[in-house]
Amino acid sequence: MGKADVVPTPGVSSDTPAFDAVVVGAGPAGSATALALARAGRSVVLVERGPFPGSKNVYGGVVYGRVLDEVVPGWWNEVPVERWVVRRSTMMMTGTQSLAVDYRSAAWGEAPYNGMTTVRSRFDNWLATKAVEAGAQLVTSTVATGLLRDGHGRIVGVRTDRDQGELRANVVVACDGVNSLLAKEAGLMAPAEASHHTLGVKEVLDLPGHVIDERFGLRRDEGVDIEMLGCTRGIPGGGFLYTNSDTVSLGVVLSLPHLAEAKVRPEELIADLKNHPSVAPYLRGATLREYAAHLIPEGGYDTMPTMVTDGMLVAGDAAAMTLAAGLWLEGVNFAIGSGLAAGRAVDRAIAAGDCSAKGLASYRSDLEGQFVLADHKRFRKAPALVLSERIQQRYPGLICDLVDGMFTVTNPVPKPGGVRLTRSVAAKHGVKLRQLAADTVRALRVFG
Amino acid sequence: MSAAGGVPGSGHEVPGGTWRGISFEDRMSTVEFRVGERAHITVDSDVCRSCTTKACVTACPANLFAPTSEGGILFNYEECFECGTCYMVCNHEGAITWTYPDGGLGVVFHHG
Repeated sequence: MGKADVVPTPGVSSDTPAFDAVVVGAGPAGSATALALARAGRSVVLVERGPFPGSKNVYGGVVYGRVLDEVVPGWWNEVPVERWVVRRSTMMMTGTQSLAVDYRSAAWGEAPYNGMTTVRSRFDNWLATKAVEAGAQLVTSTVATGLLRDGHGRIVGVRTDRDQGELRANVVVACDGVNSLLAKEAGLMAPAEASHHTLGVKEVLDLPGHVIDERFGLRRDEGVDIEMLGCTRGIPGGGFLYTNSDTVSLGVVLSLPHLAEAKVRPEELIADLKNHPSVAPYLRGATLREYAAHLIPEGGYDTMPTMVTDGMLVAGDAAAMTLAAGLWLEGVNFAIGSGLAAGRAVDRAIAAGDCSAKGLASYRSDLEGQFVLADHKRFRKAPALVLSERIQQRYPGLICDLVDGMFTVTNPVPKPGGVRLTRSVAAKHGVKLRQLAADTVRALRVFG
Repeated sequence: MSAAGGVPGSGHEVPGGTWRGISFEDRMSTVEFRVGERAHITVDSDVCRSCTTKACVTACPANLFAPTSEGGILFNYEECFECGTCYMVCNHEGAITWTYPDGGLGVVFHHG
């Protein structure tokens, strides 16, 4: 990829926008925004603070590619994929037990595919290259340090840490990630709300591809996604394991306020998981390739910032677009979806000659009309339920003990009936049957 | 779950002096940092002295915050993930000033 070393010179006078749009952050949201704008014939500069797109980014993770179908037809023939996910496993665990619900689909291993594991340094670079090929100008190693405003307070560009590095544009699109300093400066987002965030810590472990195939029951290019509940010492969150070509990604996601309160170091929880009897055999002999950490905006729909203001839009993690709804854990697809919508909205606003909040308002309605906000709205109560005390601290053990009670043969003692077993296991875990019933109803409401 | 020891045969046995298979130093040596001269995060140790939780010390995934004998905090910015955990868990306004490193510097993830 071409790496620009010089910030483009602003236009004839310092008051004239040099670009239709300046997009901050060349992650999936920013590159999708820049791609949409460049294809619409708009001049766009894409500013990335890392030395290359993806260098600051961490995910689990899986990319669900359906959102790319209309943007890059046949994307699966060229995307830098590690493995196509054909197995999706949800595991509930205690320190010594686990119960997994394991789904496998042959169709997921064939075009047009469902989800893939990939590495962000390669995937984000690929998407940024698409934007550059469409005409966007990528400027790496450059931090957008603040917003430029005109005499009326309207946002008219960004300052950067380059010499003479002011970038003026009709619209700023802030795709600057979970800590979005631009959204905070614009007053769209709270300065620090720990309860809306989780910390993800991840180890990428070297393991030969053929060993991964054998241990996880995979053929070449096939991958597995294992999501785990009950492996974080009661700290709300969960664990994950994803297979890449020649590495395995393993980590935990932890509620920030609870992590702080628990006084546990994050890497200790990864070590717990690596030593778990259901996980350790998969990883025997694996060695650490890279350790990483990143925040995740998991608060969902009700914690999203204001997404539009005069001269600026917010997309991707900066707009808290990560879907953390228990069974569904997605982010990159939401970032791309919001970026494409941001690009469309900016194009329309420029065409109409109105880049005020009113002129940009079609962004929000566009998102409401498609998966990006529809999914978030549907599952708006999910983050609170998934991170609730009984789900996190009682049900994994309760369910494992229930299964244990069913399948542990106790001859000559007769098998217990289902009702008696449930009653005794629930009592052991401090859960009343009416709470169990109430939580079942709540879950049906939240996910229904 | 017990924090002690490793599972025999798992490849994560505890050699002497290291924590469950890998020392923190070795863990951090797997990460590329292009260290700049400017500290992008600063900590006002005077503010920290009145803090009773010091949540940053355990929560920071890069283990960059160390309590001092005088009750303050010693901070090293060089091997920072730029994640934001520290200022999010900090409940003392003004203790942590958080920005990004200069362009091109700081953490570089290759397998993120």
